Amino acid sequence: MTQKTVLNDMHRRLGAKMVDFGGWDMPLHYGSQIEEHHAVRRDCGMFDVSHMCAVDLAGTDARKFLLRLIANNVDKLRERGKALYSAMLNESGGVIDDLIVYFIADGQYRLVINAGTAEKDLAWMAARLAEWQLDATIAPRRDLAMIAVQGPNAKTKVWQALPETRTASEPLKPFYAVTVGDYFIATTGYTGESGFEITLPAHLAETVWQKLLEAGIRPIGLGARDTLRLEAGMNLYGQDMDETVSPLDAGLAWTIDLEAPRDFVGKTALLANPPSKQFLGLLLLDKGVLRAHQKVITANGDGEITSGTFSPTLQQSIALARLPLATAIGETVQVEIRDKSLTAKVVKPCFVRNGKALV
Amino acid sequence: MNIPSNLKYTKSHEWVRVETDGTVTVGITDHAQELLGDLVFVELPEVGKELAAEQEAAVVESVKAASDVYAPIAGTITETNPAVVDAPESVNQDAYAAWLFKMKPANPADVDALLDAAAYTASAAE
Repeated sequence: MTQKTVLNDMHRRLGAKMVDFGGWDMPLHYGSQIEEHHAVRRDCGMFDVSHMCAVDLAGTDARKFLLRLIANNVDKLRERGKALYSAMLNESGGVIDDLIVYFIADGQYRLVINAGTAEKDLAWMAARLAEWQLDATIAPRRDLAMIAVQGPNAKTKVWQALPETRTASEPLKPFYAVTVGDYFIATTGYTGESGFEITLPAHLAETVWQKLLEAGIRPIGLGARDTLRLEAGMNLYGQDMDETVSPLDAGLAWTIDLEAPRDFVGKTALLANPPSKQFLGLLLLDKGVLRAHQKVITANGDGEITSGTFSPTLQQSIALARLPLATAIGETVQVEIRDKSLTAKVVKPCFVRNGKALV
Repeated sequence: MNIPSNLKYTKSHEWVRVETDGTVTVGITDHAQELLGDLVFVELPEVGKELAAEQEAAVVESVKAASDVYAPIAGTITETNPAVVDAPESVNQDAYAAWLFKMKPANPADVDALLDAAAYTASAAE
Protein backbone atom coordinates (compact mmCIF):
# COMPACT_ATOMS: atom_id res chain seq x y z
CA MET A 1 0.00 0.00 0.00
CA THR A 2 1.17 3.51 -0.81
CA GLN A 3 2.11 5.54 2.24
CA LYS A 4 1.19 9.16 2.71
CA THR A 5 2.91 11.95 4.59
CA VAL A 6 0.88 14.13 6.92
CA LEU A 7 0.98 16.86 4.23
CA ASN A 8 -0.68 14.70 1.53
CA ASP A 9 -4.02 16.59 1.62
CA MET A 10 -2.15 19.88 1.48
CA HIS A 11 -0.30 18.85 -1.70
CA ARG A 12 -3.57 17.86 -3.35
CA ARG A 13 -5.20 21.16 -2.35
CA LEU A 14 -2.24 22.96 -3.92
CA GLY A 15 -2.86 21.12 -7.19
CA ALA A 16 0.18 18.85 -7.08
CA LYS A 17 0.65 16.09 -9.61
CA MET A 18 1.23 13.12 -7.32
CA VAL A 19 3.48 10.14 -8.07
CA ASP A 20 4.62 7.01 -6.32
CA PHE A 21 8.14 7.51 -4.97
CA GLY A 22 9.66 4.54 -3.12
CA GLY A 23 6.20 3.47 -1.95
CA TRP A 24 5.15 7.00 -0.95
CA ASP A 25 2.50 9.15 -2.63
CA MET A 26 4.48 12.36 -3.19
CA PRO A 27 4.15 15.60 -5.21
CA LEU A 28 6.11 15.51 -8.50
CA HIS A 29 5.35 19.17 -9.20
CA TYR A 30 2.66 21.75 -8.53
CA GLY A 31 2.45 22.99 -12.14
CA SER A 32 5.88 23.50 -13.65
CA GLN A 33 8.95 21.60 -12.52
CA ILE A 34 11.29 24.04 -14.25
CA GLU A 35 9.73 27.12 -12.62
CA GLU A 36 10.02 25.39 -9.26
CA HIS A 37 13.67 24.67 -9.94
CA HIS A 38 14.37 28.33 -10.76
CA ALA A 39 12.43 29.46 -7.67
CA VAL A 40 14.83 27.52 -5.42
CA ARG A 41 17.95 28.85 -7.21
CA ARG A 42 16.74 32.47 -7.32
CA ASP A 43 14.45 32.88 -4.29
CA CYS A 44 13.43 29.86 -2.24
CA GLY A 45 11.06 26.95 -2.05
CA MET A 46 9.95 24.21 0.32
CA PHE A 47 9.80 20.46 0.03
CA ASP A 48 7.82 17.95 2.04
CA VAL A 49 10.50 15.38 2.88
CA SER A 50 8.51 13.65 5.61
CA HIS A 51 8.85 10.36 3.75
CA MET A 52 12.46 10.30 4.90
CA CYS A 53 12.86 8.66 8.27
CA ALA A 54 14.41 10.24 11.35
CA VAL A 55 15.92 7.65 13.68
CA ASP A 56 16.99 8.47 17.22
CA LEU A 57 19.88 6.55 18.60
CA ALA A 58 20.53 6.77 22.34
CA GLY A 59 22.56 4.91 24.95
CA THR A 60 26.01 4.66 26.47
CA ASP A 61 27.28 2.72 23.44
CA ALA A 62 25.61 4.90 20.78
CA ARG A 63 28.95 6.35 19.63
CA LYS A 64 30.67 2.96 19.64
CA PHE A 65 27.80 1.55 17.58
CA LEU A 66 28.03 4.29 14.93
CA LEU A 67 31.83 3.96 14.74
CA ARG A 68 31.31 0.40 13.49
CA LEU A 69 28.01 0.83 11.66
CA ILE A 70 28.79 3.60 9.18
CA ALA A 71 31.71 4.26 6.85
CA ASN A 72 32.37 7.87 7.81
CA ASN A 73 33.97 8.51 11.18
CA VAL A 74 31.48 9.70 13.77
CA ASP A 75 34.41 10.89 15.93
CA LYS A 76 34.54 13.89 13.57
CA LEU A 77 31.43 15.08 15.43
CA ARG A 78 32.95 16.98 18.35
CA GLU A 79 30.55 19.88 18.64
CA ARG A 80 26.92 19.42 19.59
CA GLY A 81 24.58 19.82 16.62
CA LYS A 82 27.27 18.97 14.03
CA ALA A 83 26.11 16.78 11.15
CA LEU A 84 27.99 14.16 9.15
CA TYR A 85 27.13 12.58 5.78
CA SER A 86 27.95 8.89 5.51
CA ALA A 87 27.32 5.68 3.66
CA MET A 88 26.24 2.56 5.55
CA LEU A 89 27.89 -0.47 3.96
CA ASN A 90 27.35 -4.21 3.95
CA GLU A 91 30.20 -6.70 4.51
CA SER A 92 31.03 -6.79 0.80
CA GLY A 93 31.40 -3.00 0.74
CA GLY A 94 28.11 -2.25 -1.08
CA VAL A 95 26.05 0.75 -0.05
CA ILE A 96 22.98 -0.17 2.03
CA ASP A 97 22.02 3.49 2.28
CA ASP A 98 23.42 6.99 2.57
CA LEU A 99 22.40 9.03 5.58
CA ILE A 100 23.06 12.06 7.72
CA VAL A 101 23.88 11.69 11.38
CA TYR A 102 23.47 14.61 13.78
CA PHE A 103 25.33 14.70 17.10
CA ILE A 104 22.75 15.84 19.66
CA ALA A 105 24.62 15.18 22.95
CA ASP A 106 26.87 12.50 24.42
CA GLY A 107 25.13 9.18 23.82
CA GLN A 108 22.48 10.83 21.64
CA TYR A 109 22.37 10.96 17.85
CA ARG A 110 19.74 11.47 15.17
CA LEU A 111 20.05 9.74 11.81
CA VAL A 112 18.04 10.62 8.72
CA ILE A 113 17.69 7.70 6.31
CA ASN A 114 16.05 7.35 2.89
CA ALA A 115 12.35 6.54 2.52
CA GLY A 116 12.63 3.52 0.23
CA THR A 117 15.34 1.88 2.31
CA ALA A 118 14.04 2.71 5.80
CA GLU A 119 12.70 -0.74 6.76
CA LYS A 120 15.79 -2.50 5.41
CA ASP A 121 18.08 -0.04 7.22
CA LEU A 122 16.27 -0.41 10.54
CA ALA A 123 16.39 -4.22 10.35
CA TRP A 124 20.11 -4.06 9.53
CA MET A 125 20.83 -1.67 12.41
CA ALA A 126 18.84 -3.75 14.90
CA ALA A 127 20.67 -6.92 13.82
CA ARG A 128 24.12 -5.31 14.15
CA LEU A 129 23.23 -3.85 17.54
CA ALA A 130 22.21 -7.29 18.79
CA GLU A 131 25.24 -8.98 17.22
CA TRP A 132 27.70 -6.52 18.78
CA GLN A 133 25.86 -6.60 22.13
CA LEU A 134 26.00 -2.84 22.61
CA ASP A 135 23.88 -0.73 24.91
CA ALA A 136 21.77 1.59 22.74
CA THR A 137 18.21 1.98 21.52
CA ILE A 138 17.13 2.63 17.92
CA ALA A 139 13.88 4.58 17.65
CA PRO A 140 12.39 5.39 14.22
CA ARG A 141 10.46 8.65 14.57
CA ARG A 142 7.41 8.25 12.36
CA ASP A 143 5.72 10.80 14.62
CA LEU A 144 7.84 13.52 13.00
CA ALA A 145 7.45 15.41 9.73
CA MET A 146 10.21 17.13 7.76
CA ILE A 147 10.06 20.28 5.66
CA ALA A 148 13.13 21.45 3.74
CA VAL A 149 13.24 25.16 2.88
CA GLN A 150 16.02 25.93 0.42
CA GLY A 151 17.25 28.90 -1.60
CA PRO A 152 19.02 32.24 -1.15
CA ASN A 153 16.00 33.74 0.67
CA ALA A 154 15.04 30.58 2.57
CA LYS A 155 16.34 31.55 5.99
CA THR A 156 14.87 35.06 5.97
CA LYS A 157 11.46 33.74 5.00
CA VAL A 158 11.55 30.97 7.60
CA TRP A 159 12.34 33.56 10.28
CA GLN A 160 9.44 35.64 9.01
CA ALA A 161 7.09 32.65 9.33
CA LEU A 162 8.58 31.26 12.55
CA PRO A 163 10.19 34.24 14.31
CA GLU A 164 10.73 32.25 17.50
CA THR A 165 13.33 30.11 15.70
CA ARG A 166 15.60 32.96 14.62
CA THR A 167 17.85 33.47 17.64
CA ALA A 168 18.84 29.83 17.81
CA SER A 169 19.12 29.12 14.07
CA GLU A 170 20.82 32.30 12.85
CA PRO A 171 24.32 31.48 14.16
CA LEU A 172 24.28 27.95 12.67
CA LYS A 173 27.10 27.24 10.25
CA PRO A 174 26.43 24.87 7.33
CA PHE A 175 25.84 21.23 8.37
CA TYR A 176 24.73 21.91 11.94
CA ALA A 177 21.42 21.55 13.75
CA VAL A 178 19.75 22.99 16.82
CA THR A 179 16.59 22.17 18.75
CA VAL A 180 14.22 25.11 19.21
CA GLY A 181 11.09 24.17 21.13
CA ASP A 182 9.22 21.70 18.92
CA TYR A 183 11.56 22.22 15.99
CA PHE A 184 14.81 20.52 15.09
CA ILE A 185 16.38 22.94 12.62
CA ALA A 186 19.33 21.89 10.47
CA THR A 187 21.45 23.73 7.92
CA THR A 188 21.58 20.66 5.70
CA GLY A 189 19.94 20.19 2.32
CA TYR A 190 19.89 18.52 -1.06
CA THR A 191 19.90 21.44 -3.49
CA GLY A 192 23.28 23.19 -3.29
CA GLU A 193 21.58 26.27 -1.81
CA SER A 194 21.54 27.51 1.75
CA GLY A 195 18.47 26.95 3.89
CA PHE A 196 17.00 24.78 6.60
CA GLU A 197 15.67 21.29 7.01
CA ILE A 198 13.03 21.52 9.74
CA THR A 199 11.97 18.39 11.60
CA LEU A 200 8.83 18.85 13.68
CA PRO A 201 5.98 16.90 15.27
CA ALA A 202 3.70 15.60 12.48
CA HIS A 203 0.62 17.22 14.03
CA LEU A 204 2.18 20.68 13.57
CA ALA A 205 3.22 20.12 9.95
CA GLU A 206 0.07 21.52 8.26
CA THR A 207 0.08 24.68 10.37
CA VAL A 208 3.77 25.32 9.77
CA TRP A 209 3.49 24.56 6.02
CA GLN A 210 0.63 27.09 5.86
CA LYS A 211 2.72 29.72 7.68
CA LEU A 212 5.59 29.12 5.28
CA LEU A 213 3.23 29.46 2.31
CA GLU A 214 1.98 32.76 3.73
CA ALA A 215 5.58 33.97 4.01
CA GLY A 216 5.77 33.53 0.22
CA ILE A 217 7.63 30.24 0.11
CA ARG A 218 6.67 28.23 -2.93
CA PRO A 219 6.03 24.47 -2.65
CA ILE A 220 8.47 22.40 -4.74
CA GLY A 221 7.96 18.84 -5.95
CA LEU A 222 10.31 15.89 -6.18
CA GLY A 223 10.89 16.59 -9.88
CA ALA A 224 12.76 19.82 -9.15
CA ARG A 225 14.37 18.20 -6.12
CA ASP A 226 16.03 15.76 -8.54
CA THR A 227 17.28 18.40 -11.01
CA LEU A 228 18.52 20.57 -8.11
CA ARG A 229 20.47 17.74 -6.46
CA LEU A 230 21.92 16.67 -9.80
CA GLU A 231 23.13 20.22 -10.53
CA ALA A 232 24.63 20.22 -7.02
CA GLY A 233 26.40 16.92 -7.84
CA MET A 234 24.74 15.04 -5.00
CA ASN A 235 24.17 11.31 -5.24
CA LEU A 236 20.75 9.68 -5.21
CA TYR A 237 20.48 6.31 -3.52
CA GLY A 238 19.22 3.56 -5.83
CA GLN A 239 20.41 5.47 -8.86
CA ASP A 240 24.04 6.54 -8.36
CA MET A 241 24.75 3.81 -5.83
CA ASP A 242 23.23 0.74 -4.28
CA GLU A 243 24.24 -2.50 -2.56
CA THR A 244 26.18 -3.68 -5.60
CA VAL A 245 28.28 -0.52 -5.91
CA SER A 246 31.38 0.37 -3.92
CA PRO A 247 31.26 3.88 -2.42
CA LEU A 248 34.75 4.32 -3.91
CA ASP A 249 33.19 4.00 -7.39
CA ALA A 250 30.28 6.31 -6.52
CA GLY A 251 32.18 9.46 -5.60
CA LEU A 252 31.97 8.83 -1.87
CA ALA A 253 35.69 8.25 -1.16
CA TRP A 254 35.77 11.62 0.64
CA THR A 255 33.37 10.23 3.25
CA ILE A 256 35.55 7.22 4.01
CA ASP A 257 38.79 7.10 5.94
CA LEU A 258 40.55 3.82 5.24
CA GLU A 259 43.80 4.86 6.97
CA ALA A 260 42.46 5.16 10.52
CA PRO A 261 42.71 2.07 12.75
CA ARG A 262 38.91 2.15 13.29
CA ASP A 263 37.10 -0.92 11.95
CA PHE A 264 33.69 -0.59 10.30
CA VAL A 265 31.40 -2.84 8.30
CA GLY A 266 32.66 -3.08 4.73
CA LYS A 267 36.19 -1.81 5.43
CA THR A 268 37.92 -5.13 4.71
CA ALA A 269 36.10 -5.38 1.39
CA LEU A 270 37.01 -1.81 0.43
CA LEU A 271 40.69 -2.42 1.25
CA ALA A 272 40.68 -5.58 -0.86
CA ASN A 273 38.91 -3.91 -3.80
CA PRO A 274 40.44 -0.58 -4.81
CA PRO A 275 38.35 1.81 -6.93
CA SER A 276 37.60 0.54 -10.45
CA LYS A 277 35.85 3.65 -11.79
CA GLN A 278 35.87 7.41 -11.36
CA PHE A 279 32.63 9.15 -10.55
CA LEU A 280 32.52 12.33 -12.63
CA GLY A 281 30.18 14.83 -14.22
CA LEU A 282 29.25 15.14 -17.88
CA LEU A 283 28.15 18.25 -19.70
CA LEU A 284 26.46 17.53 -23.01
CA LEU A 285 27.86 19.76 -25.75
CA ASP A 286 25.37 18.60 -28.40
CA LYS A 287 21.61 18.98 -28.14
CA GLY A 288 19.78 16.20 -26.33
CA VAL A 289 19.23 14.86 -22.84
CA LEU A 290 21.57 12.54 -20.95
CA ARG A 291 19.77 9.78 -19.03
CA ALA A 292 20.69 7.01 -16.61
CA HIS A 293 22.19 3.85 -18.13
CA GLN A 294 23.37 5.48 -21.37
CA LYS A 295 26.76 4.19 -22.48
CA VAL A 296 29.74 6.54 -22.43
CA ILE A 297 32.61 5.88 -24.83
CA THR A 298 35.99 7.28 -23.82
CA ALA A 299 39.55 6.95 -25.07
CA ASN A 300 40.23 4.66 -22.12
CA GLY A 301 37.19 2.39 -22.29
CA ASP A 302 33.46 2.56 -21.66
CA GLY A 303 31.53 4.06 -18.78
CA GLU A 304 27.90 4.48 -17.81
CA ILE A 305 25.66 7.36 -16.83
CA THR A 306 24.01 6.82 -13.43
CA SER A 307 21.83 9.98 -13.37
CA GLY A 308 21.13 12.44 -16.14
CA THR A 309 18.77 15.29 -16.80
CA PHE A 310 18.33 18.65 -18.43
CA SER A 311 19.79 21.34 -16.19
CA PRO A 312 17.38 24.28 -16.00
CA THR A 313 20.15 26.53 -14.62
CA LEU A 314 22.73 25.72 -17.30
CA GLN A 315 20.15 25.20 -20.06
CA GLN A 316 21.97 22.08 -21.21
CA SER A 317 22.02 18.46 -20.24
CA ILE A 318 24.18 17.19 -17.37
CA ALA A 319 24.87 13.78 -15.88
CA LEU A 320 26.73 11.87 -13.21
CA ALA A 321 28.66 8.93 -14.61
CA ARG A 322 31.01 6.12 -13.69
CA LEU A 323 33.96 6.43 -16.07
CA PRO A 324 37.29 4.61 -16.54
CA LEU A 325 39.96 5.52 -13.96
CA ALA A 326 42.18 7.15 -16.60
CA THR A 327 39.48 9.65 -17.60
CA ALA A 328 40.61 13.27 -17.16
CA ILE A 329 38.57 16.36 -16.32
CA GLY A 330 38.13 18.41 -19.50
CA GLU A 331 38.35 15.56 -21.99
CA THR A 332 35.52 14.94 -24.41
CA VAL A 333 33.65 11.66 -24.60
CA GLN A 334 30.83 10.22 -26.70
CA VAL A 335 27.44 9.24 -25.30
CA GLU A 336 25.17 6.82 -27.13
CA ILE A 337 21.66 8.25 -27.24
CA ARG A 338 19.25 6.21 -29.34
CA ASP A 339 20.89 5.87 -32.76
CA LYS A 340 23.22 8.84 -32.28
CA SER A 341 26.59 9.43 -30.70
CA LEU A 342 26.74 12.81 -28.95
CA THR A 343 29.71 14.71 -27.55
CA ALA A 344 30.00 15.52 -23.85
CA LYS A 345 32.71 17.12 -21.74
CA VAL A 346 33.98 15.54 -18.54
CA VAL A 347 33.70 17.93 -15.58
CA LYS A 348 33.86 17.83 -11.80
CA PRO A 349 30.52 16.49 -10.57
CA CYS A 350 29.30 19.76 -9.08
CA PHE A 351 27.61 21.90 -11.70
CA VAL A 352 25.86 24.63 -9.71
CA ARG A 353 26.32 25.93 -6.17
CA ASN A 354 24.53 28.85 -4.50
CA GLY A 355 22.88 29.91 -7.75
CA LYS A 356 26.18 30.04 -9.67
CA ALA A 357 27.26 27.82 -12.54
CA LEU A 358 30.58 26.11 -11.80
CA VAL A 359 31.19 24.55 -15.21
CA MET B 1 -9.00 18.25 -21.40
CA ASN B 2 -8.43 20.56 -24.35
CA ILE B 3 -9.29 18.48 -27.45
CA PRO B 4 -10.29 20.62 -30.47
CA SER B 5 -13.08 19.07 -32.52
CA ASN B 6 -11.57 20.01 -35.90
CA LEU B 7 -8.55 17.71 -35.51
CA LYS B 8 -7.94 13.97 -35.81
CA TYR B 9 -6.09 11.99 -33.14
CA THR B 10 -4.21 8.77 -32.39
CA LYS B 11 -4.28 6.60 -29.29
CA SER B 12 -0.60 7.46 -28.80
CA HIS B 13 -1.57 11.15 -28.30
CA GLU B 14 -0.65 12.73 -31.64
CA TRP B 15 -2.99 15.28 -33.21
CA VAL B 16 -3.38 15.50 -36.99
CA ARG B 17 -4.69 18.35 -39.12
CA VAL B 18 -5.45 17.87 -42.82
CA GLU B 19 -4.32 20.91 -44.82
CA THR B 20 -5.90 22.20 -48.02
CA ASP B 21 -2.94 20.96 -50.08
CA GLY B 22 -3.54 17.41 -48.86
CA THR B 23 -0.57 17.28 -46.47
CA VAL B 24 -1.13 16.58 -42.77
CA THR B 25 0.34 18.52 -39.85
CA VAL B 26 1.23 16.52 -36.74
CA GLY B 27 1.83 17.47 -33.11
CA ILE B 28 1.26 16.05 -29.65
CA THR B 29 -1.96 16.70 -27.76
CA ASP B 30 -2.43 19.00 -24.81
CA HIS B 31 -3.12 15.90 -22.72
CA ALA B 32 0.24 14.44 -23.82
CA GLN B 33 2.22 17.57 -22.91
CA GLU B 34 0.53 17.59 -19.52
CA LEU B 35 1.51 13.97 -18.90
CA LEU B 36 5.10 14.68 -19.95
CA GLY B 37 5.63 17.88 -17.99
CA ASP B 38 8.06 20.63 -19.01
CA LEU B 39 9.59 19.75 -22.38
CA VAL B 40 13.29 20.49 -22.78
CA PHE B 41 14.27 18.79 -26.04
CA VAL B 42 12.61 17.92 -29.34
CA GLU B 43 14.21 15.81 -32.07
CA LEU B 44 12.49 15.93 -35.46
CA PRO B 45 12.78 13.63 -38.50
CA GLU B 46 14.68 14.47 -41.69
CA VAL B 47 12.61 15.99 -44.48
CA GLY B 48 12.10 13.36 -47.17
CA LYS B 49 12.06 10.46 -44.74
CA GLU B 50 9.42 7.84 -45.54
CA LEU B 51 7.58 6.41 -42.57
CA ALA B 52 5.10 3.62 -42.02
CA ALA B 53 2.08 4.24 -39.81
CA GLU B 54 2.97 3.99 -36.12
CA GLN B 55 6.68 4.18 -36.89
CA GLU B 56 8.81 6.40 -34.60
CA ALA B 57 9.01 9.83 -36.20
CA ALA B 58 10.19 12.26 -33.51
CA VAL B 59 11.27 12.35 -29.87
CA VAL B 60 10.08 14.75 -27.21
CA GLU B 61 11.93 14.84 -23.91
CA SER B 62 10.73 16.37 -20.69
CA VAL B 63 12.93 16.93 -17.63
CA LYS B 64 11.85 13.51 -16.50
CA ALA B 65 11.79 11.24 -19.57
CA ALA B 66 12.06 10.74 -23.31
CA SER B 67 8.96 9.87 -25.31
CA ASP B 68 8.54 8.81 -28.95
CA VAL B 69 6.17 10.56 -31.32
CA TYR B 70 4.78 8.23 -33.99
CA ALA B 71 3.76 8.79 -37.58
CA PRO B 72 -0.05 8.72 -37.42
CA ILE B 73 -0.27 7.41 -40.98
CA ALA B 74 2.16 6.20 -43.66
CA GLY B 75 3.78 8.95 -45.69
CA THR B 76 6.76 11.18 -46.38
CA ILE B 77 8.02 14.00 -44.15
CA THR B 78 7.69 17.26 -46.10
CA GLU B 79 8.53 19.85 -43.43
CA THR B 80 9.53 20.14 -39.78
CA ASN B 81 9.04 22.98 -37.33
CA PRO B 82 12.39 24.48 -36.26
CA ALA B 83 10.62 26.74 -33.72
CA VAL B 84 9.85 23.81 -31.40
CA VAL B 85 13.48 22.66 -31.53
CA ASP B 86 14.59 26.11 -30.39
CA ALA B 87 11.78 26.43 -27.82
CA PRO B 88 10.51 23.01 -26.70
CA GLU B 89 8.43 24.76 -24.00
CA SER B 90 6.19 26.16 -26.74
CA VAL B 91 4.60 22.68 -26.88
CA ASN B 92 3.64 23.04 -23.21
CA GLN B 93 2.28 26.53 -23.83
CA ASP B 94 0.09 25.63 -26.83
CA ALA B 95 0.31 22.04 -28.01
CA TYR B 96 -1.96 22.67 -31.00
CA ALA B 97 0.01 25.66 -32.28
CA ALA B 98 3.43 24.05 -31.75
CA TRP B 99 3.30 21.49 -34.56
CA LEU B 100 6.20 19.07 -35.01
CA PHE B 101 6.18 17.88 -38.63
CA LYS B 102 4.14 17.73 -41.83
CA MET B 103 3.65 14.63 -43.97
CA LYS B 104 2.43 13.82 -47.45
CA PRO B 105 0.19 10.80 -46.89
CA ALA B 106 0.93 7.64 -48.88
CA ASN B 107 -2.81 7.14 -48.99
CA PRO B 108 -4.97 10.22 -48.19
CA ALA B 109 -7.90 8.04 -47.09
CA ASP B 110 -5.81 6.73 -44.14
CA VAL B 111 -6.67 9.92 -42.27
CA ASP B 112 -10.32 8.88 -42.09
CA ALA B 113 -9.39 5.91 -39.91
CA LEU B 114 -7.90 8.15 -37.19
CA LEU B 115 -9.83 9.00 -34.02
CA ASP B 116 -12.13 12.00 -33.93
CA ALA B 117 -12.22 14.29 -30.88
CA ALA B 118 -14.93 12.27 -29.11
CA ALA B 119 -13.13 8.96 -29.65
CA TYR B 120 -9.82 10.47 -28.49
CA THR B 121 -11.45 11.93 -25.40
CA ALA B 122 -12.73 8.46 -24.53
CA SER B 123 -9.35 6.89 -25.33
CA ALA B 124 -7.37 9.41 -23.27
CA ALA B 125 -9.67 8.95 -20.28
CA GLU B 126 -8.90 5.21 -20.11
